[in-house]
Amino acid sequence: MSMSFAAQVNSVMAALILLTSFGLLVQRRILGLIHLFAWQGLFLCISTAIVGYITGMHHLFISSLMTLSFKVILLPYILYILVRKLDIRRESETLVNIPRTMMIGIALVIFSYHLTAPVTQLSTMVTKSTLAVALATVMLGLLMMVTRRHAVTQIIGFLAMENGLFFAATSATYGMPMVVELGVALDLLIAAFIFGIFFFHISTTFDSLDVEQMAKLKEED
Amino acid sequence: MCIMKVIVMNSFDIAILSVFLMLSPVLVSPCCARYRNLNITLSFSLTAAAAFAAVVAGILSVHTGITTSAVLQMGLPDLPFHLRLDPLAGFFLCVIGLLALFVSIYSIGYVKGFAANRSVVRFVIFYSLFIVGMLLVVLADDAFFFLVAWELMASSSYFLVMYEDEKKENRRAAYLYLVVAHVGALAILLSFGVMAGLSDGFESFQGYTFDSMRATHYPVGWATAAFFLAFFGFAAKAGVIPLHIWLPEAHPVAPSNVSALMSGVMLKTSIYGIVRITFDFLKDYPWWWGGIVLALGLTSAVLGVLYALMQHDLKRLLAYHSVENIGIILIGLGLSMIFTAYHFPALAALAMMAALYHTLNHAMFKGLLFMGAGAVLHATDERNMEEMGGLIHRMPWTACLFLIGCVSIAALPPFNGFVSEWLTFQAFLLTPALHRPILGLLIPIGAALLALTGALAAACFVKAFGVTFLGHWRGHSSLQKVHEVDWHMRSGMLLAALTCFLLGIFPTVVIRWMDVLTERLVGGSIGTASGSFDWLRLSPIAPERASYSGFSVFIALLFVVLVAWFFLHVKKTTVRRVPIWDCGFEKINARMQYTATSFSMPIRRIFGFIFQIREETLAVEPVRHPAYPEKLQYRLRVRDRFRYWLYEPINAGAYYVARKVGLLQQGRIQVYLIYSFVTIIVLLVFL
Amino acid sequence: MTAYSIGIEILQILILLLAAPAFTGWVRTVKCRMQGRTYAGICQPYRNIVKLFAKEVILAENASWIFRSTPYIVFGVTVLIGAIIPFISVDLPFAATADVIALVMLFAIIRFFTALAGMDIGTAFGGMGSSREMTISSLAEPAMLMAVFTVSLAVNSTSLTHMVNVIGHGEFILRPSLAFAVLAFIMVHLAETGRVPVDNPATHLELTMVHEAMILEYSGRHLALIEWAGMMKLFLFSVLGLSIFCPWGIAASGDPAGLFVALLLLTLKLAVLGVVVVLIETGLAKMRFFRLTEFLGVAFLLATLGMLSFFILE
Repeated sequence: MSMSFAAQVNSVMAALILLTSFGLLVQRRILGLIHLFAWQGLFLCISTAIVGYITGMHHLFISSLMTLSFKVILLPYILYILVRKLDIRRESETLVNIPRTMMIGIALVIFSYHLTAPVTQLSTMVTKSTLAVALATVMLGLLMMVTRRHAVTQIIGFLAMENGLFFAATSATYGMPMVVELGVALDLLIAAFIFGIFFFHISTTFDSLDVEQMAKLKEED
Repeated sequence: MCIMKVIVMNSFDIAILSVFLMLSPVLVSPCCARYRNLNITLSFSLTAAAAFAAVVAGILSVHTGITTSAVLQMGLPDLPFHLRLDPLAGFFLCVIGLLALFVSIYSIGYVKGFAANRSVVRFVIFYSLFIVGMLLVVLADDAFFFLVAWELMASSSYFLVMYEDEKKENRRAAYLYLVVAHVGALAILLSFGVMAGLSDGFESFQGYTFDSMRATHYPVGWATAAFFLAFFGFAAKAGVIPLHIWLPEAHPVAPSNVSALMSGVMLKTSIYGIVRITFDFLKDYPWWWGGIVLALGLTSAVLGVLYALMQHDLKRLLAYHSVENIGIILIGLGLSMIFTAYHFPALAALAMMAALYHTLNHAMFKGLLFMGAGAVLHATDERNMEEMGGLIHRMPWTACLFLIGCVSIAALPPFNGFVSEWLTFQAFLLTPALHRPILGLLIPIGAALLALTGALAAACFVKAFGVTFLGHWRGHSSLQKVHEVDWHMRSGMLLAALTCFLLGIFPTVVIRWMDVLTERLVGGSIGTASGSFDWLRLSPIAPERASYSGFSVFIALLFVVLVAWFFLHVKKTTVRRVPIWDCGFEKINARMQYTATSFSMPIRRIFGFIFQIREETLAVEPVRHPAYPEKLQYRLRVRDRFRYWLYEPINAGAYYVARKVGLLQQGRIQVYLIYSFVTIIVLLVFL
Repeated sequence: MTAYSIGIEILQILILLLAAPAFTGWVRTVKCRMQGRTYAGICQPYRNIVKLFAKEVILAENASWIFRSTPYIVFGVTVLIGAIIPFISVDLPFAATADVIALVMLFAIIRFFTALAGMDIGTAFGGMGSSREMTISSLAEPAMLMAVFTVSLAVNSTSLTHMVNVIGHGEFILRPSLAFAVLAFIMVHLAETGRVPVDNPATHLELTMVHEAMILEYSGRHLALIEWAGMMKLFLFSVLGLSIFCPWGIAASGDPAGLFVALLLLTLKLAVLGVVVVLIETGLAKMRFFRLTEFLGVAFLLATLGMLSFFILE
């Protein structure tokens, strides 16, 4: 596989990551969201492996494997079990309707491209063009957290943000130091467990996982 | 050389001749006030002849590319009137003259029916003054004469709009029109003041000629101020959102031939003003001026067509469409300004050609559509589409010509609307050449909005034509008196339709004629930029980039249709006429058809967040059982949000200030004497 | 304009006229197989058209000349479009008559006149079909234009022959922008040709009709022309997508030997595309009309993403 072909495949992976971020914004069904998140993790892991192949930095292969095990297999599985246990069947509702969310998403992508344009011009790395996509993924994850009402989907948005951050690290600095990556992965795992516990609490207190219900905590007369 | 001189003298002289001919009905008409038919025929024939002269002058002037100036010793002492005929003015003369010619022929038939109990002389006088005003606006070469002609145009059109002044809403619409026109004129005056002052110093008066404005190099701050003042003034007259509120009020209440002229050419004089000031006077400008013009153009285009879709009054629908088309022209101008700012003259020429071609096209098809609407109004006495239907059987000619107008405005090949829209799209597709990625990202979204506008315009005209002419008669009154209009009105419409068709299949001829304009204005031209530019195919940049041949499309289509028809009619075939099938439903009546409101319902649902919509359905008494309504009343109100965001607050604010200032007027003599006394003391102290 | 190129032109029009019903027949056959029904054969559409040509024309009493001339206009424009899209060889003299944008507007003529014909008779069905068809098209056109725009960015032209030359005969580059554009194009294709999930082509129920509603009152040879034009439209949209996004195999300029390969590959590509269309149709349910904003909004989004990824990643 030649270098330029590998770089093209990396671009395709970046495009697919962007597509899955938009898919997360648009998708209504919770199981669909979990599947999309798993696909995003898969594309991320392939992209990391390719960057590792191009640059010859072998620790990226290890990161890629970690991404595969955590983000493609473990976290979606945990979320799936959660959804089964909490018996969530309805679609998740949005605060802003879907075409408007898509327009805001496009605006955010343009904005992140504009923001990273100076960096892209000066950078000499292979992955310079994917930094904009990474920043866009972070922003779209945040947008997803803002426009959704269901707690599980907000968690998925948070995890998508972390995906974007990881992708940014790979594009900008060819990966983070191993210690940092291990630490982040462990944090995510603990976070997933704690979320699970909290979901049960919220569900029993409010009888639903709709975060709008938490507005009852405002304590105004 | 001598022949050239003869031609040069001729085009300017022909233009002056046309102005005088156009003024002649003002004298002739009162003389034959007693003989109505003779009066109408004679006066409008004179205006038609004058318009024809204007067209000839315009064509010659653009063709030869020569500029002529003259000085009229009228006006104030030391401030004479300057006149100038250059290719840009010639082009607009041609546009004005062409539509005025068709409308004058149409008017011979229309005014006979329309001005039944009113004074024809008044109509004719203001009609000629209106067109004279427009011609002089285009020919003027100094700020003073320009504003005099502008005022003449605005005032005479005010009187024309208010021709049927017995109805209160007509008076109100005309008043609104007058106010907005004068606010615009004030802005234009201020802009000219800035430019004149900077060109020759604020003390002298000689800076008011356009020549001195052309020669001056303006500092950026003042140039921005002058541009935006002028743009505001001209945009108010052109009906750009958010200054469009007068357009859908004034155009429907005016007589239809006047609406055709107003929509077709009066709005174009504002475009002339913008082009003149931006490309002729203020030559060096930053790109964001073009960006603002482009953004306003896109907004006007999309919002204009969405408002048009909500209308059920035929003329109001057409008026909102004028807002949309002015938006499309501004899109072309904005792109041209952006390309010029980045020094790409060939691309700027393409965008400018798209804008100017659309100017010509719009005058033609909008004039045709308003003339058709006038014919329908004349025949049925109805302006509301919900009361019409099935007119194609009674008015076949009008229907066919109106269809040509609808097809043209929906930008379908091989008619003319498509050519200008195609050129605009090609201009959009050139933005990657700018090498500014942010612009390259945002501008294509503008192209998508333009595509949305085009598709919505097609939907709107399917609605307009379908509800008015097709189906069954929906009205309560009888259909007996509806008849086809007379041959004058038909010829006016036929000529306009023919022009639409010719402009669509021979675009290269027209573009080659207009190439000199873009050369003067932006320094580039399409003709030299392309490789093969033969008469058949239009390839603005290069043949492998894009090409279109309207003539071939038309001929091929005709060929296939004739072959198919021939093959199917080789044997004798019959057609059996039966009652409507309608899936076997028997009790069909005319009220079951789709109306204009129901046709646009899906679009209203989808894009409804732009308007203020209130919909209610009530069961009409007596109600025997709530589950079985027998008679329902449906009420829909669609309001323009700009009225409530912009106009009502300004209106209220103006009244508030006026009331406060009105406190000065006490009515007692002593108070006024005190005012004078105080003024004298103040002047003595400070001087 | 050599004799060879005129020959190609005539060959292309003949293929369009004769093979379009076969393509529709193939799609219906695969659908029947997938749904476990017996099928009438690939040639059934031919038999339908021939039968309709032989039948008498029954016109409503108040049908006007627009109703009578629409079948001819629709047929004529469809054949004209077939003469413009290069799907077997690049050597097409008529292809310079219109570029992709003009092509989109030629499809718009078909829609315009069919909608007028729907309103002509004055039934509620016709009005409903026209109203819905114009709404769908106004949502689909921006998406279509953005997809076309993305492709034209990559090849720097809107002329179809040039696109085929650059993508098909140039070097092979993986372009994510084209991948997005092709997804958007597939969605617009479903909307424009009236397949599930936008419109059900096999129904006569008023709630699910868009295209059928507009042509409800046609009979005899008029209906034959319109049905044939509908099949040709499906064929043409499919080959348009294939020519823009998958043009490998189209014979290069002045290459008669490549024609056989081109024909073979075209048949293969269309067969695969037919199966893909059936998979989508069987897998999805027809959407509620007001959900179509989301569907076409997603198409627009994909096309815009394609354009953005061109600037960002290429």
